[in-house]
Amino acid sequence: MSPLDIQALLDLADQQVEVSRQIEKRKTSLLGRTQINLFFEPSTRTQSSFEIAGKRLGADVMNMAVASSSVKKGETLIDTAATLNAMRPDIIVVRHHAAGAVHLLAQKVDCAVVNAGDGAHEHPTQALLDALTIRRNKGRIEGLIVAICGDILHSRVARSNMILLAAMGAQVRLVAPTNLLPPGIARLGFPTFTDMRKGLEDADIVMMLRLQRERMNGSFVPSVKEYFRFYGLDQEKLSYAKPDALVMHPGPMNRGVEISSDVADGAQSLIREQVEMGVAVRMAVLEALASHLPNG
Amino acid sequence: MAKSYFFAGAELIDPDTLKAGRGALLVRDGLIADIVWGQTPDKPSDADMIDCGGQVLSPGLIDMRAFIGEPGGPYRETLKSAGEAAAAGGVTTVVSMPDTSPALDDPAVIDFIVRRARDTSVVNILPAAALTKGLKGEEMAEIGRLKEAGAIMFTDGARSVTNAQVMRRALTYARDFDALIVHHVEDPNLVGQGVMNEGEFASRLGLPGIPREAETILLERDMRLVRLTGARYHAAMISCADSAEIVRAAKAKGLPVTCGISINHLSLNENDIGDYRTFLKLSPPLRHEDDRQAMIEALADGTIDVIVSDHNPQDVENKRLPFAEAADGAVGLETLLSAALRLVHSDRISLPKLLRALSTKPAEILGLPAGRLKVGAPADLILFDPDAPYVLDKRDLKSLSKNSPFDEARLEGQVTMTMVAGRIVFDRR
Repeated sequence: MSPLDIQALLDLADQQVEVSRQIEKRKTSLLGRTQINLFFEPSTRTQSSFEIAGKRLGADVMNMAVASSSVKKGETLIDTAATLNAMRPDIIVVRHHAAGAVHLLAQKVDCAVVNAGDGAHEHPTQALLDALTIRRNKGRIEGLIVAICGDILHSRVARSNMILLAAMGAQVRLVAPTNLLPPGIARLGFPTFTDMRKGLEDADIVMMLRLQRERMNGSFVPSVKEYFRFYGLDQEKLSYAKPDALVMHPGPMNRGVEISSDVADGAQSLIREQVEMGVAVRMAVLEALASHLPNG
Repeated sequence: MAKSYFFAGAELIDPDTLKAGRGALLVRDGLIADIVWGQTPDKPSDADMIDCGGQVLSPGLIDMRAFIGEPGGPYRETLKSAGEAAAAGGVTTVVSMPDTSPALDDPAVIDFIVRRARDTSVVNILPAAALTKGLKGEEMAEIGRLKEAGAIMFTDGARSVTNAQVMRRALTYARDFDALIVHHVEDPNLVGQGVMNEGEFASRLGLPGIPREAETILLERDMRLVRLTGARYHAAMISCADSAEIVRAAKAKGLPVTCGISINHLSLNENDIGDYRTFLKLSPPLRHEDDRQAMIEALADGTIDVIVSDHNPQDVENKRLPFAEAADGAVGLETLLSAALRLVHSDRISLPKLLRALSTKPAEILGLPAGRLKVGAPADLILFDPDAPYVLDKRDLKSLSKNSPFDEARLEGQVTMTMVAGRIVFDRR
């Protein structure tokens, strides 16, 4: 997407925020459309966000419970796609644990496919909602210094944000122990920091990432205690960023691992607002897609 | 106020610059305050005079590898007894290995060693922390917090990290904290049941052997991991000619690699095991005489950076056993200098170059200001007569354990006085 397309999508999302804040949260742009949420990985906020977004636009939303589906009986991804395709949905929203799986599925169906996160590859609507949150709070994205901190290696959120925010003119930095940085990442042109205080210097936005439990104990980093000591965001480390810096986290948070409670709940935190913007951005994405569907 | 000392009539040796010659040296407030080469100037009125009588005055030795039984085995050695042994041997800084009980893998235990050493030892004892939790080679230890607590380097002591993934991640992580990783390169799977160098002599004795490849394969692997990660790496001890080749090649490529050797491997070979002498059961094992010769050359050409005592006190119960069942290790703090001087007396290396491997180089690797005769450097000094002959009697050893491979050996060169931070901690005069 070009920066202009992104701006247009964010403008549309701004309108959806107003819709969601009305008592009558109803639009008809997806009336009669069928939206299937196909989540191969458990998800609370993304799945419910897409469900609410679809319903507010008037779509018939169905959540495929993968855990009790034919997938568990050994059906391949392509067969599942073909089966669902035969039911003639208009939009399929997919979350999968393998990078590239959504792309593969999209080749096998006739309807629109929305990537709700594939492995450590991408999570585009998260990046859009982060951009929207930043733009609403800072009035712009261009020229801002954004420090993305934590488990960048395994993070699709980080990858999507790097692409989108850089496209919008932000200066994106990566802050993590080298074990949690993708090898060769420096060649993409993003400055990397292993010392968090240096990485946060003059930052406008501090974006924290979740550290998964299985990576905490001696494999990638020595321990939770050590990780928090050197890479957890607390008030002291946050003080190295600009005084009006804002803190973000895609959730779910590990309090006391990558972020302290007083920062997560503090005045600089945008974490709750990110969730609200998530619904608005997904409404904008679904509506934009619907307008390009056949008969749309 | 600490005393000031004026060393007059000394043969000064600065192993940093390799400069040697007559001169005088002033110690004030625990530091080297002045150095005068040539004519001895007048003694400052506030300083105590020490007439060196032409003996060598040089920086104290820095030993990167000593096992101390505290906590967990105080009958083998305490921080206090190790300090006394070190002072008698001219060692002014000792790096203690994390192979204790509990292992030094927790910042609180490092803090304990730092305080306890400060309170009980007459020389500097700096703790090395475990590289992996419990020295198990599975999960990396808290390198950042341990370094903050005072860990000088990271190593699994007498154990090797066999899992390359664990080693890779530990090296990568250590690099972020500019921490030094020191590795004992001896693959336990290739060691197997082996108890001495593999070859003719082991076969004659009917003892299972340890191939050199137990060392070279891990060392070669580590060189590749260093290239991958860019971390600072020190091979604790190498013992064979092939290992010297590997390190030489790595250094030629510009890798941030250094290595050490134990004094035992420079002084002895597998034949010294003779009649199953368990005090010569070591890890890595004593090798062939050809290897020893190659090691001496590698030391002289700078491939080997440092000499360590590999001081490993073992009580009688662990050594008075059939060879294969005896514990590994030998004490070495008190004989380190005397044994190393054999290389000087046999014209294999100059005295300044030898002292460089025993003080300046380890100081550089560890990032310490000691190890050089320089105004402002800590007054960690030794005065010794490189030619004084004696026969080692193990009953004279200050170490709590007496397992010395040099018992009853004729040695040349003895420490007269040891000074740590401007304080005289050993004095034979």
